[in-house]
Amino acid sequence: MADRPSKDAPAPNKDDSQKRQKDMIADHFDKLSRSKADGKKVVYTFVPGNLTELLLALDLLPVLPEINALQSGMRKKSGGYIAEAEKAGHSEDVCTYVKCDIGMIKSGNIGPTGQKLPEPDLLLLSYTGCFTFLKWFELLQHEYNCPVVMLHVPYQPDGVATPAMREYIVEQLENEVIPALEKLAGKKLDYDELSRRLALSRIAEDDLVAVWESAKHTPSPIDGYFGGVYYIGPIFSSFRGSQDAIDYYRLLRAEVEERIRLGQGPTTPDGRMDEQKYRLVVEGPPNWTSFNDFWHMFSKEQAVVCASTYTRVGGLYDQGFRHDPSQPLESLADYCLGCYTNLGLPSRIDLIEKYVREYNADGFLINSVKSCNSFSAGQLLILREIEKRTGVPGGFIESDLVDPRYFGKANIENRVQSFLQMLDARKTRMINAPMRSGPAVHV
Amino acid sequence: MQTQTILHSTPDVRAVLAAAMPSGAMEVTVGIDLGSTTTKAILLDTSGQIVGRGITNSRSNYEVAAAVAREEALTAVRFSLLGRVLESAGQAAQQLAEPLTEAFRLELYMGELAALRSEILGLLEKPGHAAHRAALQPAAEAVLDKMAQTASSLFGPGAGRKSDFFRDLAGAAYVAEAEALANVKGSGVPFERLVGLYDRAILDVETRLESRDFGVLLEKAAMHVLPVGERASWLREVVRAVGSSRIAEVAFVGTGYGRQTLPFPKETVRSEILCHGRGAHRIFPGTRTVLDIGGQDTKGIQVDDGGVVTSFQMNDRCAAGCGRYLGYIADELNLGLHELGPLALQAKKQVRVNSTCTVFAGAELRDRLALGQRREDILAGLHRAIMLRAMSILARSGGISDQFTFTGGVCNNPMAVKVLRELVAQTYGENITVNTHSSSIYMGALGASMYALDDHHAGRGGILPTFAQG
Repeated sequence: MADRPSKDAPAPNKDDSQKRQKDMIADHFDKLSRSKADGKKVVYTFVPGNLTELLLALDLLPVLPEINALQSGMRKKSGGYIAEAEKAGHSEDVCTYVKCDIGMIKSGNIGPTGQKLPEPDLLLLSYTGCFTFLKWFELLQHEYNCPVVMLHVPYQPDGVATPAMREYIVEQLENEVIPALEKLAGKKLDYDELSRRLALSRIAEDDLVAVWESAKHTPSPIDGYFGGVYYIGPIFSSFRGSQDAIDYYRLLRAEVEERIRLGQGPTTPDGRMDEQKYRLVVEGPPNWTSFNDFWHMFSKEQAVVCASTYTRVGGLYDQGFRHDPSQPLESLADYCLGCYTNLGLPSRIDLIEKYVREYNADGFLINSVKSCNSFSAGQLLILREIEKRTGVPGGFIESDLVDPRYFGKANIENRVQSFLQMLDARKTRMINAPMRSGPAVHV
Repeated sequence: MQTQTILHSTPDVRAVLAAAMPSGAMEVTVGIDLGSTTTKAILLDTSGQIVGRGITNSRSNYEVAAAVAREEALTAVRFSLLGRVLESAGQAAQQLAEPLTEAFRLELYMGELAALRSEILGLLEKPGHAAHRAALQPAAEAVLDKMAQTASSLFGPGAGRKSDFFRDLAGAAYVAEAEALANVKGSGVPFERLVGLYDRAILDVETRLESRDFGVLLEKAAMHVLPVGERASWLREVVRAVGSSRIAEVAFVGTGYGRQTLPFPKETVRSEILCHGRGAHRIFPGTRTVLDIGGQDTKGIQVDDGGVVTSFQMNDRCAAGCGRYLGYIADELNLGLHELGPLALQAKKQVRVNSTCTVFAGAELRDRLALGQRREDILAGLHRAIMLRAMSILARSGGISDQFTFTGGVCNNPMAVKVLRELVAQTYGENITVNTHSSSIYMGALGASMYALDDHHAGRGGILPTFAQG
């Protein structure tokens, strides 16, 4: 079968919005590299439950180690970084985001743009469903000997955020997080500035939701997983609550709406996918080390992902949540509570079922990653339950976030193709009646 | 082998063939399963009946393997046609089918033996063998001569060959003759070098593509077995007519591990998961769960009442506990793969083995042997370890609730089947029907051929790949 060699797999997205995002990121890393000279303070934090508006309101610069790790994966650096971390004694079973980050630090802490990352002045541990976050920042604290402030977000086992949970988070923000950040910034938090930033977030969030929901069209103008991970870049990292984010999402939304108008599909490694044979919902993070190869396995079969849960780990905006400038701290608390990583299995199943139905999916696929216990636990149960509730066939593949050793290309491709062919066979039931009911035969 | 046979009727050969091939050609669909260990082909006629099958070692050369398996299956189709014509002439004629087939196989064997001789003699010309040529060449020729003389004992009704692969048959004969020669006192025959020649030469013989003229070979074979006297001319006509009849391959589907490496058109490629599920369901229509253990994949597959896959799980990128693991163990013990199961059945107890890692298979085995444990008992433990892993994959695919069919090469291992039956009964109850079939290895190719037949019926057939041609 004709296939594109992996080294030739083209960069998948060359839309204007993508170029703009690249410039935004370059600018941010420039600022980070100059931070010490500019007298700016740097806070390392996590994507789920991030408090970017709060940091920006205090003129602090965020660094997101998860994003650095996935970027290292995409730039084929993670294998070496993980080996560094293992050399330093970290077990093969440790989350590979963590090992990649530790290895990157030990290799000079050069970020995705090739510039050196500044050391953190504070570690803001937003604990949102991932147990590993605790240990990760414990390691970074040893490495940098800087203060850590923790925001504990109560887990939502049954999907209900109670007033007590919200109050608990607000209290932590008021009594621990904000004082620590103010101390670092050397100034008091201006609540009007925080509200202004939350109002900016809201505008970008509206546009992002419009982008997600565009995938309800046929053909879908976006890929909500492989393309989607680019779309979440600004809002899940350092740009939520900034004018840059608003401009980016406005541009992205306009591109998507234009594609709808023209009946076009998204840009993929195989060109623009106007013909879409399969519409999928995907659960689980993508593999980053062979990202384009992984996407290519779907795009060459004309499979588009119309919705994914990974693109909701940094906020479930399409389920109605918006940051609210009129009650800033409560709104940040609600945001943290509602992140996908903080939801128990019943809520995750309900959400996926909704996606399968609302996006009119032909199939549901799980990419179960070795690194991530909080994401991967219970995924087979999710698979069975979604099949039972919707009748839509499920598929299961296994890989990892950034450890290249756990991406078995032939095996994964075999599973993806088998899954898609299973969808075909079940859709069309291309079986001749005489054979179906025919008697057993001798081989 | 020539006999006096009385034929009671001699129907018109053309008419019988025309009835079997209304379109003037035997229309078949081709399913090829390119496994990591063996490559299989199944041919179906347009009514869905199996008319031919072929198998060969893959040996990392999928192109040759696909061509060889297909050629063998095409040969089987002609024998199937031959059978139909002979059947029409009554029982006595029908009884000629087997000796004819065996004589034909002998012809094939002799052809390959000639190729082996030419390879070995060619190798001896190379400078690397200069120092030993004087001792090796006469020895090799003596071994090959003896093999040719005794070849007929391998064929014929009831010959009871252990394998149909030339590599296995010729290998066993070569080693036996070489050993006999080396054991003669003072012969000075360097046994290891002599066997080394075979090991090297067989790789080229196996990957050689030779055109096979069925008609010519069959006529040659027929000379040895056809009865003399009355009606002989009718039989010769049958042989000629079958030999020259046209077989039209109307649709093709390729599956299996190697399917991506061949230039098969995308439309003709199907996943082996779909093919195994469908093939197993065809043989055992009550099947709802299939376990396939092949060379480097273990798959748990659920199918619906039409044999269509509804869910599946397979091992991740690690081949632990797959057929290749047993292969390494067999190599480590210097045994044939087919000998492992029977040996394990002689176990007095099962040694507990935890690792099914193929890479560590040898180390695990040597550790156990060093501890003084019997190899039968260790093998029993290894089989159990493999099957426990398979049980986990089955559970992840949705478990077993109805009829269950075991397919793939490992299905030919009696200990694997025994352990699986025990574990299925323990886990899912005694009422589960566990199907195994001596031809389980063909299920993937069968499913592929069925999908090809679908394509043919849907008017999408005729997409034939460019095969390596002899």
